[in-house]
Amino acid sequence: MNAPVLATRDLNKSFGSLVVASGIEIALPAGVRYALIGPNGAGKTTLINMVTGMLRPDSGSILLGADDITALSPEQRVRLGLVRTFQINSLFPHLTALESVTLAVCERRRVARTWWRQLTAYRDEIDEAYDILTALTLAPVCHRRTRELAYGQQRLLEIALALAAKPKVLLLDEPAAGVPREESKELFAAIAGLSRDITVLFIEHDMELVFRFASRVIVLVGGRVLVEGTPAEIAADERVRAVYLGKGHGEPRRG
Amino acid sequence: MALSAPAPAGPLQYLEAQARWRPIELVFWLATLLPFVLTPSYLVLASQIAVTALFAMSLDLILGYAGIVSLGHAAFFGFGAYTAGLISKWGWGEPLTGLVLAGFAAGLLGYLFSFIIARFRHLALIMITLGFGLLLEEAANSANWLTGGADGLQGVHMWPLFNTFQFDLYGYTAYSYALIALFLCFLLSRRLINSPFGLSLRGIRENIVRMRAIGAESRPHIRTIFTIAAVMAGVAGAILTQSTETVSLGSLDFQRSADILVILILGGTGRLYGGLIGAVIYLIARDQFSGINPQYWYFPIGILLILVVLFLPNGILGGLSEMVNTERGQRWFGWLTSSSWRGKSP
Repeated sequence: MNAPVLATRDLNKSFGSLVVASGIEIALPAGVRYALIGPNGAGKTTLINMVTGMLRPDSGSILLGADDITALSPEQRVRLGLVRTFQINSLFPHLTALESVTLAVCERRRVARTWWRQLTAYRDEIDEAYDILTALTLAPVCHRRTRELAYGQQRLLEIALALAAKPKVLLLDEPAAGVPREESKELFAAIAGLSRDITVLFIEHDMELVFRFASRVIVLVGGRVLVEGTPAEIAADERVRAVYLGKGHGEPRRG
Repeated sequence: MALSAPAPAGPLQYLEAQARWRPIELVFWLATLLPFVLTPSYLVLASQIAVTALFAMSLDLILGYAGIVSLGHAAFFGFGAYTAGLISKWGWGEPLTGLVLAGFAAGLLGYLFSFIIARFRHLALIMITLGFGLLLEEAANSANWLTGGADGLQGVHMWPLFNTFQFDLYGYTAYSYALIALFLCFLLSRRLINSPFGLSLRGIRENIVRMRAIGAESRPHIRTIFTIAAVMAGVAGAILTQSTETVSLGSLDFQRSADILVILILGGTGRLYGGLIGAVIYLIARDQFSGINPQYWYFPIGILLILVVLFLPNGILGGLSEMVNTERGQRWFGWLTSSSWRGKSP
């Protein structure tokens, strides 16, 4: 396997006596689709928060490529290509979809401090934003305000905003949370269609989707990495069955 | 004024249409010339309205576009007013240089203060701006030797504008001067809100947490807009000083900060014109009500504010724009707010 684009070394975090991360070591090779699974409270979102800099680990380090990014701010990490989405929509309700994505593109291209030129003079930026929306099937509604979009479209806009930051590594926190099953398949098809230059790690509870779209799976339990492997290995793993799949989540179907 | 006109084809055309001048805007600016013809005896009031409108617009830039709530915005108005007054008192009565220097001084103060502002949101921000305003008011009060304290600054005398137009008792020069300054600042603000920077400001207002997650640093944006707003507030204060040839503590007291917030919320935030309309309504109402009863004129203003907030949560302009957006409204007034009145763009 090639050198990891994202890796963590011995990440630890606790809130008081509650340990939410304990010696977490992950290494994501370039271009791989990773699923991060685990029961509620396993520390999945906490891990994403630490990796993206929104939560400071008690100890340990985070590496993006060869660089130690543990001390960088969330903004700086995004600029280096480490981008996330949110489990609960975190969008710009009164901006249109196109405005939202254009905003992100302008910020990345560092033209967002220009106040003496019209936005419409930035054709390249607007076109790039429009292309991202087109790829995610949002072009027909790109002039609607975000809060007027259907929920599933808002979930897609979450991803569009992340893509506008040109990620090397994309962390998707339950991208299909709250989306009906049929629509969530379409949503994952869009994720599967992303460029292979982007390494994707997604949190997902629906095992069918996990086994269909992930090439590797990390199982997190109680703030520890229980096991990591291909979907087939995970499905066959006795420990995973015991602590996770056995608890009412049903048999995984293999995709 | 954001109106949901049918979307023209293509991403660019729609955004261009959004930024285009609408007929109602031309009507508005032509109407600002009416006082010269219709009510020449009210030009002093008209100049006060223009000054207040400029001040309200500067607050709209930070409150309506970047979501920065300030209860101490009069600090910059007053700082500009005193700077303009002192320059004149110290022997330089040329209005334009005085105006520029006052704007610069207020902007410098705003820039320094913006480093604190950019670190806070919501309630903390209200308290900090309030404290800052009170601090400056007390400083001006106690620095008797400089500001004249509670008696106000005496000895302000302006030279004629362009060596030709004396600031007269009837307010001809004052209103022309204030109106031109207002219009220029409006053009600047309009360009600013339609720029990539303006879009980022709206992003900050909408969701500052998400701004971080798309790699945007909000603080430099906040510092920039706060400085620009402080310059405009300072210019407004300077015009008041220059046209009345006095400066009082009232130019930077809490009452003025509160009034300007009321004016902006009455008119509607985040639409540039909200502060302008608010200033027109508020000052005319004050003029009329205080004519009826000089002591209790705040009573009807209070009722007006409550009614507007209850029934028009987006201010008077927000309410009007909703009316125009109905089917009947579009039929009657659609042409006024349409962005395609110049004909189809290629």
